[in-house]
Amino acid sequence: MDGRVVEELSRIVGTEWTYTAEHQLRTYESDGLLQYRGTPACALLPSTAEEVQAIVQVCARESIPWVARGAGSGLSGGALPVKDGVLIVLTRMKRILEIDLDNGRVCVEPGVTNANVSAAVGPAFFYPPDPSSQIVCSIGGNVAENSGGAHCFKYGFTTNYVTGLELVLGDGELVQIGGYELDSPGYDLLGAFVGSEGTLGVATKIWLRVVPSPETVKTLVAFFDSTHAAGEAVSQIVQGGVVPGAIEMMDARTIEASEQMAHAGYPVGRAAALLVELDGSQHECDARFDEVVSICEGCGSDDVRVARDEAERALFWKTRKAAFPAMGRISPNYFVQDGVIPRTKLPEVLERIEQLGEEYGLIVANVFHAGDGNLHPLVCYDGRVEGEAERAEELSGLILDACLDAGGSITGEHGVGVDKKKHMPKMFAEADLDAFQRLRCAFDPAGLANPGKVMPTPRLCGEVPGPYRVHPLEAAGLAERF
Amino acid sequence: MLKGFQRPVRPVGGGTKRWLPVREEEPLETGALNRILEHNVGDFTAVLEAGVPFAEAQRTFAEHGQRIAWDPPDPGGATVGGIVATADSGPLRHRYGGVRDLVVGINVVLSDGTVAKAGGKVIKNVAGYDLAKLFAGSFGTLGLIGSVAVRLHPLPERTASVVIEHHNPDQLLEEVLTLSRRPLEADKFDVTWSGGHGRILLEFSGASAVDQAGRVGQVSDVDWGEVRGLQRGAVVVKVSGRPTDLPKVIRAADDHSGTLVSRAGLGLTWIALQSADSVAAIRAELAPRHCTVLDGADTGQWPQDVPGHVVMERLKARFDPARIFRPGSFVGGI
Ligand SMILES: Cc1cc2nc3c(=O)[nH]c(=O)nc-3n(C[C@H](O)[C@H](O)[C@H](O)COP(=O)(O)OP(=O)(O)OC[C@H]3O[C@@H](n4cnc5c(N)ncnc54)[C@H](O)[C@@H]3O)c2cc1C
Repeated sequence: MDGRVVEELSRIVGTEWTYTAEHQLRTYESDGLLQYRGTPACALLPSTAEEVQAIVQVCARESIPWVARGAGSGLSGGALPVKDGVLIVLTRMKRILEIDLDNGRVCVEPGVTNANVSAAVGPAFFYPPDPSSQIVCSIGGNVAENSGGAHCFKYGFTTNYVTGLELVLGDGELVQIGGYELDSPGYDLLGAFVGSEGTLGVATKIWLRVVPSPETVKTLVAFFDSTHAAGEAVSQIVQGGVVPGAIEMMDARTIEASEQMAHAGYPVGRAAALLVELDGSQHECDARFDEVVSICEGCGSDDVRVARDEAERALFWKTRKAAFPAMGRISPNYFVQDGVIPRTKLPEVLERIEQLGEEYGLIVANVFHAGDGNLHPLVCYDGRVEGEAERAEELSGLILDACLDAGGSITGEHGVGVDKKKHMPKMFAEADLDAFQRLRCAFDPAGLANPGKVMPTPRLCGEVPGPYRVHPLEAAGLAERF
Repeated sequence: MLKGFQRPVRPVGGGTKRWLPVREEEPLETGALNRILEHNVGDFTAVLEAGVPFAEAQRTFAEHGQRIAWDPPDPGGATVGGIVATADSGPLRHRYGGVRDLVVGINVVLSDGTVAKAGGKVIKNVAGYDLAKLFAGSFGTLGLIGSVAVRLHPLPERTASVVIEHHNPDQLLEEVLTLSRRPLEADKFDVTWSGGHGRILLEFSGASAVDQAGRVGQVSDVDWGEVRGLQRGAVVVKVSGRPTDLPKVIRAADDHSGTLVSRAGLGLTWIALQSADSVAAIRAELAPRHCTVLDGADTGQWPQDVPGHVVMERLKARFDPARIFRPGSFVGGI
């Protein structure tokens, strides 16, 4: 990148917030998915929306690609920097701007962490979407990924809680869509932006709906002799009209690994553990909880443990949330997969995953949000063994195929990013991708916002209407017009 | 079929929204798209063609103790596509969200003949852009909705309602805010106002519906069909406001002899008026809140100066390049 442009950019945010040295940029070369790395020309840490806007305007003028980055906890390479592009790091924008509990709203800057939103309105209120990474991940990142959490089966995802956004669009324009009020007239731009993985613009201000904390919470863990039996319990609970706050399943390998880390006294060797949490009104929880216990027992669980107090509930959750990091104890490396299936297909898909694992000679541990069929198979491998990482990667892809065959999706919450874009054509036809591109072009006609993500092949926006002009990326052979 | 089509078209479902301004548009009837393609009972999802009558879909789901948690006013002849295109909603929105929140996938036909889908048929999915939300509430101006996949919910085994009367708008708001702060988990939470007479209405569902309702007030019968009916009238103005706007909205309605129903926890209000003459005054009184005229709009249906207009223009140009889907009928002349 032209040195004068870097200098111009650094004047916007100040030299101390402009990183160009290799050791400074190393921090930002990957997100949570470490196998992808990229080095931008510079990383800029703006502190206001106006600074973000000024950066994007310079990029638009100079046709420089840019990537927004929150906490960098993403698991699909969404915040992977574009080589020689600009990285806009939003972690300094972490002010909580307004809390209006009468109207059930908070207004925050994008760098505020998910957990800090709930902390700011608690204990009487809370912000329901609760990704396991909530202590570090940013609300801006949540908006971009439409993040979910353990409680989203009942409460919904980020998209159900964002009521307004202030955005810097690809051409540097600052717009506000929505706000405190619902149903802003016109197209649902909020719905289009949430989950767009940083490809439509930068969110510089976010209005969120917060809700009263539930009156009561009751949590149990039940152990089963097969994942099949645990899956049957899930079906019966949901069929019976109970909408649990959370319903999470762990298989034998996950129980074993998590127990080593959390020491909750879980019986190592059992085939499946089901964590069920009911929350809401005291009356409803009381009425339903016994029903859930007897369904678990009816499905063959002889070991149902009810959390007696908040400490024990926290321990149950700690064990569940230890699943990813704990896997490091039983395997040197692993890939986290994020497929979705219709819940009723659970037994056959688990069987298929088991079969694939055997074929590949690799261990696959399973932990999932059972209520909404979001599976996180952990494909274990040893990176030191020649070719094993590639085999694990291939197996990971076949697991997604199994999810698609069952009528599901390639990602439930981690996003497409760079990691899953090659799988997009399995789920979407060319015409579907073309429709996606139309949306992208409406927000970012120049295609400079997070290029190379989500779409399987880079595409440019044809002018609408107007004469054909060669795009700089096209001239450089980096993209072709669709 | 749409390829090469030059004349403006207007997708038509059940034809229940006769108030929508009709221009020189060719009606495009969706009535033949009337199949329930899937009802995945165990997964609480369904895939429906746009022309499926809403009532028929609900009957099918009810046989299995399920429903789409939508309860728009006068659902009699409405089609699924029509409800999605207009994002019509009723009291259940308080708990279950709007149309946008329950559509998990969509198939559309664009004016250049492209047939595209987005989303899927599972309840959790972040692959690709969420075009379903874009088409929900687009009033037929982006393309034709061919089918939608929706999330279903269990039909409650029991419901119980509560009525609290208040005839002073400020006291009414006090009570609404007190209730909003309680962890009640009501399915419905509405306020109605007519001729100086106000009511707060709540409905609870589930195994303990009666107990839940009893903690709020006297359990009583509520005709929810009638409550929803207040969203219809000769001229209806929908106000996108905040819960705390309620007294002001009530006074504006009273000043123009209107009646209203409000989703008290959401800040959305429908004011039914005798004539369109009061619309401008109500808009002025409630500014900067957006007021959209639903029933009875000849012109001036949409508010002026809608934020994000430039993006909406570009969306229209990209999705409907031939500009045949109800051109000029949407926000800002889109
Ligand atoms: C241990 C662990 C557990 C996790 N558990 C969950 C889980 O339970 N549920 C879940 O959904 N996810 C989970 N994640 C994934 C991740 O935490 C989420 O995707 C999170 O939302 C990313 O936020 P971030 O601030 O780290 O974003 P980043 O990783 O920095 O960025 C993610 C994407 O958002 C874009 N972006 C960031 N900020 C903005 C902005 N202001 N405007 C526009 N675009 C922006 C980036 O360009 C990028 O495409 C987990 C991750 C880890 C490491």
